[in-house]
Amino acid sequence: MTPPISTPSINWLAISPEIALAAAGVVMVMLRSVLRRRPITMPLCVVVAISGVVAAGAVEYRLWQVVDHHRAISTVAGMVRVDLFGIFLGVVVLGATLMTLLLSVAYLRREGLDAPEYLALVLLSAAGMLAMTTANDLIVVFLALEVLSIPLYVLAAFDRRRLSSQEAGIKYFVLGAFSSAIFLYGVALTYGATGTTSLTGIASFLAHNTLLDQGTLLAGIAFLLVGLGFKVAAVPFHMWTPDVYQGAPTPITAFMSAATKAAGFAALLRVFGVAFPLYRADWRPAVFALAVLSLVVGSVAAVVQTDVKRMLAYSSIAHAGYILIGFQTATSRGREAALLYLFVYSFMTVGAFAVLTVATRRGDDRHSLDDYRGLALERPIVGGLLIFFVLAQAGIPFTGGFIAKLEVFSAAAQAHQYVLLVIGVLAAVVTAYFYLRIAYTVLTPGEETSSAKPLETPRRVDVWSGLVLVACAALVLVVGVVPGVFVHWARDATFLL
Amino acid sequence: MTVVLFFIFGALTIGGALGVVLARNPVHSALFLVLTLVSVAVLFLLQDAQLVAAVQIIVYAGAIVVLFLFVIMLLGVDQTEPFAEPLRFQRPVALALGAILLAEVLLLAGHRWATGAKTARGVGITGGAFGSNIQRVARVLFTTFLWPFEITAVLLVIAVIGAVVLARRSAQTPDSESESAPRSGS
Repeated sequence: MTPPISTPSINWLAISPEIALAAAGVVMVMLRSVLRRRPITMPLCVVVAISGVVAAGAVEYRLWQVVDHHRAISTVAGMVRVDLFGIFLGVVVLGATLMTLLLSVAYLRREGLDAPEYLALVLLSAAGMLAMTTANDLIVVFLALEVLSIPLYVLAAFDRRRLSSQEAGIKYFVLGAFSSAIFLYGVALTYGATGTTSLTGIASFLAHNTLLDQGTLLAGIAFLLVGLGFKVAAVPFHMWTPDVYQGAPTPITAFMSAATKAAGFAALLRVFGVAFPLYRADWRPAVFALAVLSLVVGSVAAVVQTDVKRMLAYSSIAHAGYILIGFQTATSRGREAALLYLFVYSFMTVGAFAVLTVATRRGDDRHSLDDYRGLALERPIVGGLLIFFVLAQAGIPFTGGFIAKLEVFSAAAQAHQYVLLVIGVLAAVVTAYFYLRIAYTVLTPGEETSSAKPLETPRRVDVWSGLVLVACAALVLVVGVVPGVFVHWARDATFLL
Repeated sequence: MTVVLFFIFGALTIGGALGVVLARNPVHSALFLVLTLVSVAVLFLLQDAQLVAAVQIIVYAGAIVVLFLFVIMLLGVDQTEPFAEPLRFQRPVALALGAILLAEVLLLAGHRWATGAKTARGVGITGGAFGSNIQRVARVLFTTFLWPFEITAVLLVIAVIGAVVLARRSAQTPDSESESAPRSGS
């Protein structure tokens, strides 16, 4: 007779955000199959999707209060670890998800893509991202990576009438699967070296044992860094980014650039901060190289682009470089800067892509710089918001972008990383050039040539997309004007253990 | 008894593998592959690895071979492939590599240092009572690895939804095609 299995105790509150999103996703698929293509299906699914995200957000709020007063919650056999760090990035992910959903409502109708599966996949992907932010085990990190990536492969290819969307899906799939395999190899090697996949377990093993032969562990760490580097689009693992960002439906591009990056950095900061703090001296030079390359390639390559979506893709690579600076310092000050940067960056980039979504006409394929010529003159509010968002990304004072860059630079200075600091500032100058180029183009009147241009441009921005634009702009502005409270939150969230 | 079974199914495994390579008809190759995989499953059973045996039959002999057959049927079996070798040195290199692999396996099977386990010539590794390894897997699956297990369930749901979304004909939105030149639906 074998003893009965005693299942681990579960703190249901701690895993409720993931459950809420996954449940909402499944409910939508069920609604779709029961109601079929009735006119009510899509609005109902939108309601379900938004209530799922709002419910998850409410739970995160409650968790923040609970964790704030107690220690981190460790549950489900230690696989989940809910701390302020995870909750902070979870909120960033949920914010980006909510914006994406609101933005997608009018977009899907305009493009004739009305399908509840789209919303379900966004929610399931977000559920994977939330699992990533609270993962305390390399196996959970890997599975969460897959849960967040596979819906994105499908979503990138969702607009199958456009060849570029199909191309984006295939490219993202092949490179994403490749990077997942590399990550998994890193997990296996780390397990081989330490005998556990638990992040806290690895940390305590390394604290109490000295490895005679470090090759296996160092190779494992390197593979983990490469695998996650793909997800956050750090150079030299960025090759997929411009093509995928360009080809994917624009709301999905917003989602990928904001939420995926937040989840990827959640994993990077947590895996390296919790499991390998003792190997700092080994991984910091590698991260240094990634940060420098991301800053240089991201900012220089963006200058020569003529497509606005590609420009923003390269700018997101450069932003990843700034966040990597915060990561590279390996101090809690650096983590705070990285967290704040991720928060601000998410809303800046979602805002920018939201403008692209509402500014283009049906087809979602006219994003070259020339197509945006004179946008601010024809549609002052939309064009003005685009200028605001690109200037915020450039780091103009009184916007969140300025505060975020300032935090990163001061963290680098405090850690005596002056080389990174100088390269970061130089990259900021270069990126400012192409952000200003976008702003300038939007302000110059375009020559009235063929009938091709405005024609179908919707004059009115629908209420949900308008809400997204206003909310993003307001947040970026508020962080810029009264940064204190946000810096405070980010500081609270830096403690990993 | 065990030894007799081992030799019978060992021979079937090798015979099936030869059949996969030598059969002219790709469908026959796929069926020979089933034979090999099922025989390997029996060999697993002889090693007291019931779970691996079941997984071997369900996943490999079941799902994967059916997938192979689907592909073969969809591509059509009646066209005879020209048997010209695209790479000229493929055959000798393959033979050499195969010989090296065989030597390696023979060498490792007799030594303990390679795997740390008992040698194939020594006593087999047995897991105690019948079904113990299934129980052991079940135990960790519902205790230590409960959360990954549940996440995997979500992953499977996603795979189904994603496959349906991508495979469905885009003809479901006929009005959207009228805008411009006809595009070939995928």
